[in-house]
Amino acid sequence: MTLASGQKKEKLDRLGELAAVRDDEQGVSLWRDAFRRLRRNPAAIVGAIILALFVLVAIVGPFLVPYDPAAPIGVQDGVVRSGQGIIPGPSSDHWLGYDHQGRDEFSRLIAGSRQTLIVGVVSTLIGLTVGVLLGGLSGAAAGLGGRWGRWVDNILMRIVDMLLSVPGLLLAVSFAAILGPSPITVMIAVGAVSVPIFARLLRGSMIAQSNRDYVLAATSLGVRRWKIAISHVIPNSLAPVIVQATLTLATAIIEVAALSFLGLGTQVLGQPEWGLMLAEAQQYLGIRPALAIYPAVAIIITAFGFTLLGEAMREALDPKLRK
Amino acid sequence: MTELAGPLVEVRDLKVHFPITTGLIFDRVVGHVMAVDGVDLAVPRGKTYGLVGESGCGKSTLGRAILRLTEPTAGTVHFDGVELTKLPAAKMRGMRRRMQMIFQDPMSSLDPRQNVESILVEGLQAHGIGADRAERRKIISKTLDAVGLPQWALSRYPHEFSGGQRQRIGIARALVLGPELIVADEPVSALDVSIQAQVINLLDELQDELGLTYLVIAHDLAVVRHISDVVGVMYLGALVEEAPSDRLYREPLHPYTRALMSAVPVPDPEVEDRRERILLAGDLPSPANPPAGCRFHTRCPWAQPTRCADERPVLRDVGGTRVACHFAEQIQSGELRPHEVRVQLVRPEGEGETPGVVSAPSEPGSYV
Amino acid sequence: MALLDVEDLSVTFQRRGQRTVHAVDGVSFSVDAGEVVALVGESGCGKSVTSLALMGLLPRRGAKVGGSANFDGTDLLAQDQRSMRDIRGRDVAMIFQDPLSSLNPVIPVGIQVTEVLVRHRGMSGDAARKEAAELLDRVGIPDPRRRLKEYPHQLSGGMRQRALIAIAVACRPRLLIADEPTTALDVTIQAQILELLKELVRDSNTALIMITHDLGVVAGMCDTINVLYAGRVVESAQRRELFAAPRHPYTVGLLRSIPRLDAGRGEKLTPIPGSVRDVLPWVEGCAFAPRCNRRIDACVGAPPAMVPTHTGHSYRCVNPVPVEEKQ
Repeated sequence: MTLASGQKKEKLDRLGELAAVRDDEQGVSLWRDAFRRLRRNPAAIVGAIILALFVLVAIVGPFLVPYDPAAPIGVQDGVVRSGQGIIPGPSSDHWLGYDHQGRDEFSRLIAGSRQTLIVGVVSTLIGLTVGVLLGGLSGAAAGLGGRWGRWVDNILMRIVDMLLSVPGLLLAVSFAAILGPSPITVMIAVGAVSVPIFARLLRGSMIAQSNRDYVLAATSLGVRRWKIAISHVIPNSLAPVIVQATLTLATAIIEVAALSFLGLGTQVLGQPEWGLMLAEAQQYLGIRPALAIYPAVAIIITAFGFTLLGEAMREALDPKLRK
Repeated sequence: MTELAGPLVEVRDLKVHFPITTGLIFDRVVGHVMAVDGVDLAVPRGKTYGLVGESGCGKSTLGRAILRLTEPTAGTVHFDGVELTKLPAAKMRGMRRRMQMIFQDPMSSLDPRQNVESILVEGLQAHGIGADRAERRKIISKTLDAVGLPQWALSRYPHEFSGGQRQRIGIARALVLGPELIVADEPVSALDVSIQAQVINLLDELQDELGLTYLVIAHDLAVVRHISDVVGVMYLGALVEEAPSDRLYREPLHPYTRALMSAVPVPDPEVEDRRERILLAGDLPSPANPPAGCRFHTRCPWAQPTRCADERPVLRDVGGTRVACHFAEQIQSGELRPHEVRVQLVRPEGEGETPGVVSAPSEPGSYV
Repeated sequence: MALLDVEDLSVTFQRRGQRTVHAVDGVSFSVDAGEVVALVGESGCGKSVTSLALMGLLPRRGAKVGGSANFDGTDLLAQDQRSMRDIRGRDVAMIFQDPLSSLNPVIPVGIQVTEVLVRHRGMSGDAARKEAAELLDRVGIPDPRRRLKEYPHQLSGGMRQRALIAIAVACRPRLLIADEPTTALDVTIQAQILELLKELVRDSNTALIMITHDLGVVAGMCDTINVLYAGRVVESAQRRELFAAPRHPYTVGLLRSIPRLDAGRGEKLTPIPGSVRDVLPWVEGCAFAPRCNRRIDACVGAPPAMVPTHTGHSYRCVNPVPVEEKQ
């Protein structure tokens, strides 16, 4: 009995020290907290695995391919005569068969992942950088800049609106037409499409954050405006932009494919790229539709991976869902 | 603290008008929201001035305008003899060290990405206080002790604390600069009932220890009365009554103060059953289009056909209370009796029929 | 027999990958016709979840509801979605804290009122419109015919709450649940709304469950008061009895920690230490023990039972505040 009451007392004392001090633990920052929740989300795990595979293949794949993806082996061997409608399908030597020029389709698909990844990432980065610069400037001007700032914001936003008013693909096509078809052109063109999205997103988010009390608190502490923008407003506004960037990677890959499909693609010395493969396959849809299906499936799976991860990140970074 | 100078803060005829604008590219001003429309008040050193009023009365805007967090449209604010409204930006930033603010919602007033140490060090860095990290740490840990937060809080983030603790962080942030004036905007209204008293007591203790001067802004008359030496009651952008806290409760002179007082519920059935309620008719008129004359006359149970509708009363001294009512003496003596007020349409005909065109900036962050 | 008899209501939330939360942990109370019953407590005490459970408005996934709520012979907790939809609005209606978000912003107020009349009282359009105007008039909305055509955002906060009350009382429900109906409003508007609620209850013999954190509001209008803490009723008494002789240390603590308008200036407040997060699970003892100044050994180990007294006053405490020591 005495023992039990002694235990009770101990328990009480422990409880009495309010909030049960966890002295050893470090504080949990928002990013770390978001990462924790991301790890618990099965969708995020699946997305991350898909993307990890994709990146791995893009890095090491081109070194491991069974055949030179640019060599027309099938034509040399006389097995492929696409003019006569002869393009053999999968065999034990050529797992996915040949393409219309007699190249090994499997090797091209593997090697193409690198080009696709580079184009997707670089074009997203271009869009992200320009968009964040425009949006950041605009958001800072609108949120903290006073009357003069509203002017700056107005001008910047009208420019962005003009970009936004042109349909994305048309914008990309015109860019490609002006700059001439090259991989760089495609990346700039695809990037340009996402500029207004990033800019608007960041600006809106920054204006919302600028009205929060902690910005007022920093002002009342005597912190300079540009410092408030850089150290408070922008970091707190980035979450939706990062989520959007992940989702944009998926669309960028699809858009690059569309541009290639329209003949404005990234023909670099016969380097395969999934969009281009898809484009070339259209002439042979009647003979061997699988040639279109392989790259299409590859694009869809990759885009799906990015989308899964992006959506999971949106959830993880949502402050409303945090307990 | 020496009593050599006058009040710490002296506000004269302060006005804050927000423009109502329309237009896509070029802003066209179509009117003004008169959030604060001519306020005179003085906050004595080492005392607490309580500002009370309902949402939309302009009390938060007034508090921010005094600190120049919102630019005043007209009028002057003297802080320790220095006129603030015309002060160049750099000088103003330097002055901020001496005047700090506590916010209503401790969650939204703390940057969620900053840990407590970084929240507290920010002000010190902005003013170059403390030679190095060690010295700043010493100041910070002293402040933490003062507000009753443990040292381990430093590495934690705001979301890891309870509401009451977060408000303590907000108070620590204000205190760390060693200010003389603290403007507290609804410091307890976002907190649980059992926590409110902790924060109120803390503010009390800090005032005793550090000789702070407070301007406390709140909608809760009971809270304001509890912590204030002097209470000012605001209605539609202007002070209607100002009196020492006990006096205001004993003898409210302005009809609005009486109505407000009678509406505050008291946690005691004996009192509740006995007291007489003055129920005000209708809602607050729009501050973009305030009634002419006395702003309260549209809802006032004592309103008279003469003067009230066409002459705006000024604050005048009636037995130690400053009150803006033409008939304060007659109401006090019982010579005038309250009458029924018919509910009137608060907003003018037509307004609000075309939603989405006119954007009226509401009082930012005001208590709703 | 009581109109509503809530017996051992419990609600647990179970979300994937998260700890089970006992939001309501065995709440019992009853409401008679025409009676105003208060559920008072701070955030997280389970008062709002209780009302949502009674209305069948909890999410079906993740929330587990136990116990019973006998409403005039039917168990509200045992109804399926469909029959609950019939009961809601017709027999039991609810008024929420935020009138703006509980009114549909894109539909005129009038249609939202007539909708209820058509659905539950089977009225025709014209009759419903006429009745709606009368309802708005009854809840003190001036110029009701014009107001019917207006959208929620065109009304002020107080008017919106009145409109919401009009919708709630449209079908003359026998039970009204008001969840913090005045928290979002200014005090002078709050006084108007409370007066209106009192009138409605008096005139129509409707029972009212008032959910609030404000002991002042409760003191003025509720007949029976249940104080909730951490998902359980810790004290229950008639209004006068509770304020005159509170027995549970939590109730006493609450009363001592609020500044009163009529108290002398400079009277110190006595806060309750800690925060509502510092609770002990009820199975291990009294949830309030970690913050309690009357804590003794017996507080920990077993959950305290409700102690009834002959006046109908009961409290869940093994070391209650003596009656003489009231404030």
